[in-house]
Parts: sequence; structure tokens; C-alpha cells
Amino acid sequence: MGLNYEKLGLRVGFEIHQELGTHKLFCNCPSELRDEEPLLEVKRRLRPTQSELGKVDRAALAEAIKGKVFRYQVTDNVCLVELDGEPPHPVNEEALDIALEAALLLNAKPLDEVHTMRKIVIDGSNTCGFQRTILVATDGHVEVNGKRFRIPTICLEEDAARKMGEGAELIDYRLDRLGIPLVEIATGPDFSAPYTPAKAALYIGQLLRATGKVKRGIGTIRQDINISIAGGARQEIKGVQELTLISTVIEREVQRQLALLEIRDELRRRRAGKVTKRMIDVTNVFSKSGSRVIREAIGAGGAVLAVKLPKFAGLLGKELQPGRRFGTELADCARLYGKVGGLFHTDELPGYGISQEEVDRLRKITDAAEGDAVVFIADVKEKAEAGLNAVVDRANQALDGVPEETRRALPDGNTEFMRPLPGAGRLYPETDIGPIPITRDRLNKIRKRLPELPEQKVKRFIKEYDLSQDLARRITLSENVGLFEEIVKKYRVDPTLVASTLEETLVSLRRDGVPVENLNKKHLADTFKLLSLRKITREPIPQILSTLARKPREKVEKILDELGLKAMSIRELEGMVSGIVDNNIEIVREQGENSHKILMGILMREVRGRADGKKVSEILREKIKSRLKG
Amino acid sequence: MYGYRGSLARYLKKIGAKIGDRIRIQKAGSSYEGALMPRSELGETSHLVLKLPSGYNLGVKVTKWTKIVKIGEGKPPKLGMPSIKIKRDPSKPDVTIVGSGGTIASRVDYRTGAVFPAFTPEEIYGAVPELGGLANIKVIEACNVFSEHMTPELWVKIGRAVARELNSGASGVVVAHGTDTMGYTAAALSFMLKGLFRPVVLVGSQRSSDRPSSDAALNLISAVTVAGRSEIAEVCVVMHGSTEDDFCLIHRGTKVRKCHTSRRDTFQTINDVPLGMVRDGELKLFRDDYNRAKPEGRVKVDGKFEPKVALVKVFPAMRSEVLDGLVSAGYKGIVLEGTGLGHAPESLFEGIKRTIGRGIPVVMTSQCIWGRVNMRVYSTGRDLLQLGVIPGEDMLPETAYIKLMFALGHTSKLDEISEIMRTNLAGEITPRTRPDAFLKPVFSPKAGV
Repeated sequence: MGLNYEKLGLRVGFEIHQELGTHKLFCNCPSELRDEEPLLEVKRRLRPTQSELGKVDRAALAEAIKGKVFRYQVTDNVCLVELDGEPPHPVNEEALDIALEAALLLNAKPLDEVHTMRKIVIDGSNTCGFQRTILVATDGHVEVNGKRFRIPTICLEEDAARKMGEGAELIDYRLDRLGIPLVEIATGPDFSAPYTPAKAALYIGQLLRATGKVKRGIGTIRQDINISIAGGARQEIKGVQELTLISTVIEREVQRQLALLEIRDELRRRRAGKVTKRMIDVTNVFSKSGSRVIREAIGAGGAVLAVKLPKFAGLLGKELQPGRRFGTELADCARLYGKVGGLFHTDELPGYGISQEEVDRLRKITDAAEGDAVVFIADVKEKAEAGLNAVVDRANQALDGVPEETRRALPDGNTEFMRPLPGAGRLYPETDIGPIPITRDRLNKIRKRLPELPEQKVKRFIKEYDLSQDLARRITLSENVGLFEEIVKKYRVDPTLVASTLEETLVSLRRDGVPVENLNKKHLADTFKLLSLRKITREPIPQILSTLARKPREKVEKILDELGLKAMSIRELEGMVSGIVDNNIEIVREQGENSHKILMGILMREVRGRADGKKVSEILREKIKSRLKG
Repeated sequence: MYGYRGSLARYLKKIGAKIGDRIRIQKAGSSYEGALMPRSELGETSHLVLKLPSGYNLGVKVTKWTKIVKIGEGKPPKLGMPSIKIKRDPSKPDVTIVGSGGTIASRVDYRTGAVFPAFTPEEIYGAVPELGGLANIKVIEACNVFSEHMTPELWVKIGRAVARELNSGASGVVVAHGTDTMGYTAAALSFMLKGLFRPVVLVGSQRSSDRPSSDAALNLISAVTVAGRSEIAEVCVVMHGSTEDDFCLIHRGTKVRKCHTSRRDTFQTINDVPLGMVRDGELKLFRDDYNRAKPEGRVKVDGKFEPKVALVKVFPAMRSEVLDGLVSAGYKGIVLEGTGLGHAPESLFEGIKRTIGRGIPVVMTSQCIWGRVNMRVYSTGRDLLQLGVIPGEDMLPETAYIKLMFALGHTSKLDEISEIMRTNLAGEITPRTRPDAFLKPVFSPKAGV
């Protein structure tokens, strides 16, 4: 995009959430997801309980909460703890050990005593209305590409329930994921470019996997990203599942904040004042509307309520992120707080079945001048009211620029509003679980069995296997690192060949459209085994692997037969070389030993990878010599 | 000081650090800054609890090399909702909430020292704003104990508070009570309150009211609905009817029992069906054999209970010395939770004989919980009847225990006690055992499991 991020004052930090490979944090249920039909479904509600949520109009809040039902799907691998029908069991000690191990790997200082806290979350994703979280260590750091990044906190926490669907009145959650232990690793806001955080995240992910005690696969590691720019505001963006998306999310958030700042400046230029919550019933305007949404809402006994946003005309249609306008942000708030389906605004009208005439009447009734925008919602009156209230609040925030928010990452790298950014006040002690002292004995035991760090591994690979610095680094950071060591320890093969096959050949085959994801460990190990037994040569390895990828059920030997790639015996090879030399005896006589080059070309076409080129060259040289003598 | 003891407490006092003050701690390469928090009384005495600016708490082990500095004043943490003031609306019923302690009425979390709001109507409205639309709430406190610490004197204290409120014009009274012994208190109030002409509703919560998932709000709303808007002039318990936040059941005070350690729907009516339910503010009654409310009346408190009554579970190798021990400890009455239809091993016969011989009544109930005792089917039962054991019909063991205390408070004559125990006073004995009054099956053949 060509933005100067440093100049914009971009500050990025992130949190990594990694699921641990052990049972749930506060009960004995297995940490596994299920796809079958639920055994039963339980409907619950949550209410705010703590004043730290901020000063809110209690009546309005009660109204907003009313009718919001969470339906929990219970599968046979969950118990009453997930269902909030039983107090939590003592903390899973194995999970705590893994978190401490991660803390030590990240050079952090474990606490003397850890306390379980409740983090209030009333979106239903936790049945009890809070997520339990334990600060385990502080003050760590990692080095990535020679630069040091701070890791101020490492926490152990429970994962939330899986959202399965959402309607206006009801959200479905599945309880299988609730309670799976996670380590949360938070970096400082130390990154100032969109691309470095992904590298650091990758490295930390590697460290965690080095413990061998974390889960792998989609959804088992998730990133939240904190982003701000100068003049903007801090955003916490939740649930970025793919590392490749991080830079896009950052770029688009910068774009969004810049656009919001432009909107602020424009509103200031227009001398826009505070928007008031004056709602006008405009149901009459739309009694015969061409919009199906509006007709249905009125038909069901609902109303159309409108609110004027003075001097906002044109700004609601302003794009903040590709495909998302300022109007979309307003609609996010209306949906969340009013549980309405959506809203209409004059920047996009006439349209959606709404005529110019209706727009004119709407403007008249709401007393909207040309430079004003009007937002309206057709729904049950109370919901429309709550929705418009949220719209006005959000519009007023636009006068100040960018509000601090928690936002959800969308698959395309855009983000949508989830809730205002919570303060520290939403954490309070979990009284059902006592403090846990972290003894020196415990830490010493963990220290003794710490896994090898990636940087140590790189050094060892260079020393032991004579890999280049670059290849050693790449294989260390690869998910194939375990397989690499397995192969080179088991078979007599060139480690550089193994590493470059795993890291380079597979990548280039993938680029050529070969379905390399079909290759399993055994395919790769078997191929190198054949090489070590000299049944194949190194040249046809890419060809063998690409055939295996296309026919993953075939045996390697069969594929060799098919391809005619079985390595030639020395006798076969000698026979072939003698034949070639005899057939080209003229050239040998004319050019003497220099004929080697020409004959080698002919020979290699015939050999087609069934023999090692060095060996071929050696035999050819001898044969030429003996012919010249004889 | 908020859980700090010994030398650490003295040191904090010396540097003038109070709960909530900002503190800096330095030790071996680590430095922490945050607010001083109360120490859980469960924790070790050598650790100090800090709340970091991020909100996390942590414990720092304090040794003689640890440096603690106070860097600023602060306030103790306060939890709870902002209070709401609501004007009295004469068109709405007046409901008094009598506090007795327990999860709904907790003021201070003793374990963390966190300060909860005092128990005032404003704070109740703040926590459950829906109550404002239902009734004019008044709050008084009879006592403040966890329900496992309830005593007969406290039952009477609660009873007197209830009677005073009803006699001075309350439409109904809600008693906020810990759930552990709520059934016992409900039974005690049922026998104690004579001439009841308005509802008395006990309510509690299984998930404390400081959590967003608490059942307290729905239970309290439903209890106030029954107290203010129903015609049930009886002592009842109103609690969640299922594990969902959907409806509450109205249980008769003498037929209700806590049946699960932690579930929301822990309270069940035993050997009968509940009086009714409350859903979305609507009352729905399942039966009409309840005492109807009257506009006028006067409640009298008959608070005579004999505290020395024992409730004893019968077990296979039980021997007479258990009963002898109780007798020599001065117990005046014994309720047995017998096996099956109301049985006890032969090894207990001698003890029972000696107990009754000394004029101490022995009442038989069943540890099956559901069903009626019948001591005429097997010879063991007949033998026990012969020894003078009083059959407890379909009374809950806990209710029989309260009733025996009540009976002994009024007479010590065995025949009179036997008469009282076998007469229905407050719905504790039903004449018919209803076929539908039992646990719902886990698997239903209809569901095709």
C-alpha cells in the first residue's frame, strides 16, 4: 500500500493462544472436539454483575440483556463443570507445568504464587460468564532475526465454547472446546511494521511445539493482535487463525483508522455537533414500501424508527476497509446492542426497494437538511430503539476519531466490532480456587527436561549434519524438523539432500500443482530408505515424490517399477557404458579423453536417473582410458 | 488485616500499607508494582497478594531480602452493581426481603476480603432491576450466617421477623437463605407460623450472585412474584425448576429437599408434586389444595423447639451403642433414617428398646428418600413397631426431625408425641402416594435410546 508505517506511529503487539495437549483445565474431560448431534441442549442467560463494566443505564442494559438466550450443546465428552452446574475442580497440574515450561523457554520469570482470575465475558462463550485465567510468568523476551521482543506476560487460561450459530435472539454454542487449556503469550507493542509480527509469531509457535505438549492443526493456535497508530486508538483484534493473515489484518486496520481520522477531520470541518438520541417514528412513510424487510417488520407489529445524524451526509458511505463502509460499522453496533437484522441509511438510498419519494418524506419528517444523514431501523420497537441508541453512540465517537474496541477478524483480513475494549476491572479473583505456590522444586524439574531451543538446534544441525546456515534455520522452523532427524539418524543419506527435499523440493512441487499434502511421513521415509539401500539414485526423487503424491496408496517399489526408475546394478551400468563407448569409438579416438563430455551427455539420457551421475562418469572415464590404451 | 498474619502483617503495618494501596516489591531480579490485595485465609502466610495494573493478581513470597515500598494511597476493591433508587408505587405489592446470610445476601466475601455492597433495597434493585417492576422492596436482616450454621434460635428469629412484616402489612415475605439447610428452615417456619395469611417464600442460589451466570436473579424475581402476587398463604421454597434459566418451581416448605450438591435445580418436591411454577413473571399452579391468602389476619409465632433431637442414618453394622451414646448425651428424641420401608438391623433393637423405655421417642423415616414407610410388611418392621417406634409416613427425614423438635417443644408424653407425629400439621404428610412423584427417568423408551 506504500504507507510509511513508522511515520504513522504504528504499534503492534500480539497474543498467541496455543491449546495444550492435556485434559481440560478445571475438570477431567478430554480436550477434544465432537461433530455428532448433541445429547441435550441447555438454554441460559447471563447478566452483568460488576460495576467495573462501566457506567451504564441499568434499565437499558436490563432491556438489552432480556431475551438474549444462549443455547449450549452438550456432547457426551463434557461434564457439569463446563455446564456451570458444578464448581471447577483444582487446576490441571500438567497444564500448569506446560505453561511454566513455555515461560522458561521464553526467558520469563515464573511467579512465586499464581492466582486464578475471572475475566468477565458475557457474550455467552463461557457458561459462567467469565473466562478463568492465571498469570504464570512475567518479563520474558525472544529474539527474532537478531532483534529482541518483550513478552511481558504468559498466562494459562481456559478456551471458550465453540460458536455454532447466531440468530437475533439466540446464540448456539458447543461446550466441547470450553475449558481446553491454552497458554496465552503476549508480546509488548514492539512491532512497527506489518510484516515482522508474523515472523515472531511463527517463532513462538515453534518454541511451543518444541515442548511436544501442545496441540497441532487448524484452530489449535490463534492470534489476537493489538494495533494502534498515532492519533488513532488501540484495537484488540480477536481470532486470527492464520499467520499469513496477520499482515493483511494490520494493513487494513491502519487503513480503517486513517479513514476514521479523515471522517473526524471532515466532521470538524463541517462543524458537526453531538448527535442526540431523538428517535422519530417514521412507520407511516414506509407503510407501502417496496422493501420486503420493512414491510415484513411492520406486518409483524414492528415500527420504523429513524434518527438524524447532522452533517454526516456522504460519510456513512465512506469506505473504511475493502467492502466495509462507515455505515457497516454503525450496523455492527445496531445488530449487537439492538439485536436487529440491520439498518438503512440515506447514503445508500434510494435503493433496496426504497423509493426517492420515501427518502424525501423521511428527510422531511426527520427535519434533515441536505448535509444530514438519516439512519433508520425497521423492527420490534424496543429493539429498533436499542439499535439506534447504539448507532448514535457510535456516531458520536466518530467526532473524536477512533474508539478503542475489541474487534473480530474476518476471513478476508477485515474486522468487525465485537465490544468496547474492556478495562483491567473486569478481572476479579476466582474464589472457588485457592492460590497455587510455584515451588523451586517444581521449576527445577521442569528446567531439567526443557527441550532444545530452535537456535541451539540450528547450531547443532550445522555442526552435526554439515547443513548450510540457511538450510539449518529453515528445517529447524519447519514442521518437518522431527522427520528430518528421524530420517538422517535411521538411514545413511546426505542430510543436506534430506533437508532440501523436505524444505525446497516439496515447496516447488506444490507450486507446480502436485498435491504434496497427500504425502505422509512414511512416503518420505521410505523414499530415503531406498536411496540409502542404493535402490534409487538422488536424481529422480522429485519425480518419485510427485507420483506418490498423486497415488498415495501405492507402494514406493511399485511406483519405481512403473517409472522404470530402479537403480541399475554396476554390471548393468558397465555394460551400458561399454556399449556407448563402442558405438562412438570414432569420437573416442578422435578426441581422446576429451570425448568424456560428449559421451556423458549421451549416457545420462540413457541412464534416466537409474544410476548416480558420479558413478557413471567414473566408469566412463575408465572405459575410455582402457579403449585408448587397447 | 484482611488475611495477613504474623510478621508480614506487622511489616505491612510498619510501612503503613493498607489494602488497595499501591506497592512496589523488589526481590532477586524481579520487580512488581500494583495494588495490595487481601490475602486469602486459605493461603500460606508468607505470600503477599498484588493486583497488577492489568488486573491480574499474583502472590509474591516475602523473604528477608524482599523490599516492599508503599508508593501511593488506594482504596479497597469494590465489587457489585451501581445502586438504583426507586420510589414506592402504591399500586404494587410490598414485599419484604428478610436476609439470613447465604449466597444471595453475601456482603463480604470472607475468603478474599472483597467488599460487597451492603444489603439495601437500592442495591437489590441495582443487581436485579426487574424487581422494581414487580413490588416495592423492603429489606431487613434477621441474621447473617451460612445456612450450615443455622440453629433453632435463628429459625425463631427469622420467624419473628417474618411475622412482624406480615402483621404490619407486607403482601408477602421473601427469606433469602443459604441453600444447604433451606429445607430445614422451611419446615421449621411451616410448623412455627400459625395463622399464616400471606406467602412466605424461601429463596437462595446455587451459583453465587457475583457471577454473571448466577441463578440468583431468576430465583429472586420468581420468589418476589410468589410473595407479592400469589394467593399461596404457606411457607414455600422457590428455586430453579431445571438446569436452564427458564422457570422456577414453587415447593411446599415441608416437602422440599436439596438433592444435588451443585445443580441449579437441586431442590425437589419429594413424594408430591410442586405447588406450581413461575415462568416469565407468570404464575402457574399445579394444584389447588393450598392455604388461600386472606386480606387480613394475624400471624403468631409458636417458637417452641427442643434442640436436642438427633437425625440418625441407619447402616448395616449399626449397634445399639450409637443410640445409647445419644441418650447419655441428653438427647430427647431420635429420628431414624431406616432402610427400605423403615427397617433397622436386629443389633439395634436393644438400643431402641432402652431409648423408648426412657421416654425418648424414636421416629422412623426412610433413607430411600422417596416413598412411604410401611412397617407391617416384614417382621423387622413389625418388631420395631412392637418396640414403640413411631412410623413417619411419607415425611422427609429432615422434616420429621424438625417436627419432632417442635412436638418435644410442646410435650414430652410419648403418646401425645406419637399422635402429633402421625398427624398432618403443615402438608408434611400426604394421604396418597402419587405415582408421578418420583425422579424423571434418564432414558425414555419413547425417545428410542
